Amino acid sequence: MTPAFPAITFTLNGKRVTVKAHPLKRLLDVLREDFGLTGTKEGCGEGECGACTVVLDGRAVNSCLVPLAQARGARVDTIEGLKGRHPLQKAFAERGGAQCGICTPGMVMAAAALGPNPTLEDVRVGLAGNLCRCTGYIGIYRSIKQANTERRRGASAPASPTARATTLGRGRGPGSARLQPGKSVRGRGSSDPRSAARRKGGSR
Amino acid sequence: MSRHVGRNVARKDGTAKTTGAARYVDDLRWPGMLYGRTVRSTVPSGSIRRIHLDFDTSAFTVVGAADIPGRNAVSLLIDDQPCLADRDVRHVAEPILLLAHEDRDVLMGARVHVDVRPTAPVLDPAASSQVFKHISIARGSIDAGLAAADLVIEGEYRTGHQEHLYIEPNGVLAVPADGGVTIYGSLQCPYYVHKALCTMLNLAASRVRVVQAETGGGFGGKEDYPSMIAGHAALLALKSGRPVKLVYDRAEDMLATTKRHPAVVRHRTGVKKDGRLVAMDISVLMDGGAYCTLSPVVLSRGCLHATGPYRCANVRVDGRVVMTNTPPNGAFRGFGAPQTLFAADVHMERIAEALQMDPVTLRARNAFRPGDVTATGQVLGPDTSAIDVLKATVRRSDFRKKRRAYAGTSRGIGLSLFMHGAGFTGSGEVYLASKASLELTEHGARILVASTEIGQGQRTVHAQIVAEVLGLPIERVEVEAADTAFVPNSGPTVASRTTMVVGGLLKHCAEEMKDKLGRMSPREYVRRHGTLVVTKQYEPPPGLVWDDDTYTGSAYGSFGWGCDVVEVEMDPVTYEVRPTRVTTAQEIGRAIFPLGAMGQIEGGTAQGLGYALLEEVVMRDGAMANAQLTNYIIPTTLDTPPMDVTILEKPYAHGPFGAKGVGEMPIDGVAAAVVNAIRSLGLDVREIPATPERVMAAEQASGDRRKARGGRQPGSARLQPGRSVRSRGPSGPRSAKPRQGGSR
Amino acid sequence: MNTAIASLQLLQPSSLTAALKMLRDDGPLTPLAGGTDIYVGLNFGTLKDRRFIDISPIEAMRGVTVRGDVLRVGALTTYRELIESRVVNRLVPMLVAASREIGAVQIQNRGTLGGNVANGSPAGDTLPVLLAADALVELQSCDWVRKVPLRDYYTGYRRSVLRRDELITAIEIPAVHGSQFFRKVGTRAAQSISKVVIAGVHGAEVRIAFGSVAPTVVRVPKTEAALASGASLTEAQEILQTEIVPIDDVRSTAAYRRRVAANLLEDFWRSTGRGRAGFPQK
Repeated sequence: MTPAFPAITFTLNGKRVTVKAHPLKRLLDVLREDFGLTGTKEGCGEGECGACTVVLDGRAVNSCLVPLAQARGARVDTIEGLKGRHPLQKAFAERGGAQCGICTPGMVMAAAALGPNPTLEDVRVGLAGNLCRCTGYIGIYRSIKQANTERRRGASAPASPTARATTLGRGRGPGSARLQPGKSVRGRGSSDPRSAARRKGGSR
Repeated sequence: MSRHVGRNVARKDGTAKTTGAARYVDDLRWPGMLYGRTVRSTVPSGSIRRIHLDFDTSAFTVVGAADIPGRNAVSLLIDDQPCLADRDVRHVAEPILLLAHEDRDVLMGARVHVDVRPTAPVLDPAASSQVFKHISIARGSIDAGLAAADLVIEGEYRTGHQEHLYIEPNGVLAVPADGGVTIYGSLQCPYYVHKALCTMLNLAASRVRVVQAETGGGFGGKEDYPSMIAGHAALLALKSGRPVKLVYDRAEDMLATTKRHPAVVRHRTGVKKDGRLVAMDISVLMDGGAYCTLSPVVLSRGCLHATGPYRCANVRVDGRVVMTNTPPNGAFRGFGAPQTLFAADVHMERIAEALQMDPVTLRARNAFRPGDVTATGQVLGPDTSAIDVLKATVRRSDFRKKRRAYAGTSRGIGLSLFMHGAGFTGSGEVYLASKASLELTEHGARILVASTEIGQGQRTVHAQIVAEVLGLPIERVEVEAADTAFVPNSGPTVASRTTMVVGGLLKHCAEEMKDKLGRMSPREYVRRHGTLVVTKQYEPPPGLVWDDDTYTGSAYGSFGWGCDVVEVEMDPVTYEVRPTRVTTAQEIGRAIFPLGAMGQIEGGTAQGLGYALLEEVVMRDGAMANAQLTNYIIPTTLDTPPMDVTILEKPYAHGPFGAKGVGEMPIDGVAAAVVNAIRSLGLDVREIPATPERVMAAEQASGDRRKARGGRQPGSARLQPGRSVRSRGPSGPRSAKPRQGGSR
Repeated sequence: MNTAIASLQLLQPSSLTAALKMLRDDGPLTPLAGGTDIYVGLNFGTLKDRRFIDISPIEAMRGVTVRGDVLRVGALTTYRELIESRVVNRLVPMLVAASREIGAVQIQNRGTLGGNVANGSPAGDTLPVLLAADALVELQSCDWVRKVPLRDYYTGYRRSVLRRDELITAIEIPAVHGSQFFRKVGTRAAQSISKVVIAGVHGAEVRIAFGSVAPTVVRVPKTEAALASGASLTEAQEILQTEIVPIDDVRSTAAYRRRVAANLLEDFWRSTGRGRAGFPQK
């Protein structure tokens, strides 16, 4: 007989939800199993790879290390909540930010939590907890840069999901207040979308 | 003017992957599903005396070797690897017993005692007498070459294991069906799994179906291993009559599945004073682990790349891959070439040091040119680009100027030149006899191939090729899932062949389809004539002759060419070597999907940086002792430098739109460039990973040499305390900047 | 996850008083805060504890305040909160530096200072900072509050004076006089466990602490005394070797740790010193 679990209520992707499950069940498993939201992935179970990253009360966390009990009353945002409309999602698909895709949901959530307009150094520090084995991270920087550019142009979607999505983060990436302009490490030619491929010979 | 080929089209699977909609194995569920678990050996060698199940076995499914309906073997090259150990165990983590249960907690809690009488394991490849494969390549006369040399330089170079660390571990879901089984798996080669299961389960081909699920990275680690895990899940599914999901957690995946073969490569090289190579005598020893798996082919490619991209009239390569009582090693991007190319180009650097010659000049003097002949007697074609990539990279990186500027500081810059034969070696492609099919639909066309998307952009590239030929919008070209029920055997997704070979077949399919369509649109044709499927099978390019017995002839249809320049900064407090910039030019025939090709180069380079500096598999008593992500270190954002990538194109006549392969080559040259950068600091490193501990040892050795000789040694005493970059703050790239603020 | 969830129990007190009563009357209970250590053990199946008490909602254990000369950091203060705290940046910048080096963003958002102390790993990155600062650990039970100097807190490898019925409620850091120094040598630039970690204060007194070179975090009093009394750096480095006992493990070697510790000592000494302003910016 399964014991009766207490009901735990929280806000999931903007909606109030209630679930009855063991209070120590990992938030990762609650999302995947109790809510069928399989976008958030398990890559290691030790808080190293970041594939399980969700945004909890505006902060990126490893959901494989969060007990359900501590989500009570909190705001939890997962990749599904972006509904495909976040500028990062389009940019990752277009600029090589996603290859095999397994790290992508966690990476997008961690990037979203950096807030708008992170510098390259903010991005490198802010994503240091998200491992990618496919891209060498360069395609990810290109994608984030494109998303920033589009957001600045106001080119992306109208409605609240995007607006909510862009305020997912606390607005200030770690280290961003400390940087002195000109001191950050910038990749010459690597984060510039136009440097995607310089080819010689052959036709274009 | 191309519509699709050579353009950065939207990735076929971009939306699914960026929204979380893409379904990987662990996202799949089946009604009535059980979870599987593997009980494994904890000793490297021994005989099984007794297995005791210390739990209530009702509601459990238990499978042992005796339950295997067909052959107890994971069929690959030779069938020496058992699916489940029967009497003997030959490596730690060898699978012995399988369990399944509905409840994961109950499954995990089941206690199984396996009583093994241990026997003495062979753990040192140099001490092993069991040779899986021996390869000899010979050209000219080594003795004559050495006799003619002005200088003979010898060296030994070592590379360790490397773990693939795909972010999605191995996993499969097996569903029993109609007296057979369907496998949904994270895999690269559905037909490899299909063949292995037919043998193991004694099932007709029509009763086994293998479907690739979305796969979160492969890098070769899901080339052969899935046959093992799929076999296990299938056995449990058939015995229980229920679907079984078997997914490894990270620790199990690292402990039990394949890794890159460690290698010891020795060079003895004769050179003239002007740098010309006159004799290359090379021996290669690789550690295959406990069973054969793909070791003969890994050794083959390693030996065929052992000279590096350099011409020499007198070459001898003697290679062996041997058994040790460790988990079997297998395919990993580069497949033997990263090991031997590392040795080749660090050895070239040492030759340059010995001759006091500029490293670029030495390489330029010896690099292959069109018309040159390789060690196997292959005449290289007009698309031979060693000099082109060397020049481009040296120029873009400002190599010579930086080399001079960095001298005497803690910054180093190093170079490597490399090549990679695309497609299967020798007669491999003929043996595979791959097929591709293209089906006309009302909207456009559907691609039917066994090639798998593993992140590299297969779906996109194949769709681009077909859309280009048929003149269709790319959205109208569908790519069917790699499902053995529907697609022909296009061969495995390995060996950098997916664009060049399978894409080439698809191009032929599309050309024939276009002919048949004439002026009709797909819709018109289908409505008038019904369905149309065009299938093409591989035919070797004319004149490609290879002899497996003598190891002579044309080993590969074409080669890709690359050059890496890596800049590093060494921290004299911690001996950490941080890569600060990579410049590379790679010639790949044609970049069908430029962003995809970039991604392969950037990603492969990052993986190479890990191989060179960070990734060490610590083996203790035949087992990986650091099987956690905390302790097996791959590069994070902060460990990966900016990269300047140039793609050159010299079309290969027999590749679709001129394309060669690009998936593996980028990892081939990085380690040598990194180590050569470290060498430019005066540190004699010849082994990777060049961890801070090894760099410290080299620094101590160079200090000892300096003391012994009573003074500064050219090339050795580069480090001067006080001149080196110090960071007061945290270690790592962020801190290695000149100090700001405060007074000093 | 390799631990059967069904076998675990969680108690959820709403106040410090309630929590302490549970510890006294319903133990043994393992306190659970950010979960960044506990859940790794549960995921691996290596943590044998089965009964937990969720202390994360306890407000009395939060907050960073200055009382006179003392910086009081609630045990539940996360690394993120330390990094963003103006007062911590001003008074103990080496604690901020350490917080930035722990894991990466996700871990920093959840891990707590109290957790780092409670976990008691010899590689805990904040521990050398706290030890060099002569911090005190505030422990509370139903019946008392006591403050134990961190130097007396650990009794052996992952062992401490913490009683089963006590909670770490705060860390108190007295004013730090002098230049502060922190450096972690990890396995890579982020998300790494330290191979050697040093924190130091160079003022009228010299205080130096190391992690990952002994079963617990350690001060090196003889080395401190040598430097303070004007010994040469080389002499101090030799003395240092007698005060640390690093080992070989899967991450590094004793030889490396010894040499790098000596180098770090030099780095500390040359980077700080009389007249040199505070702690350098990140």
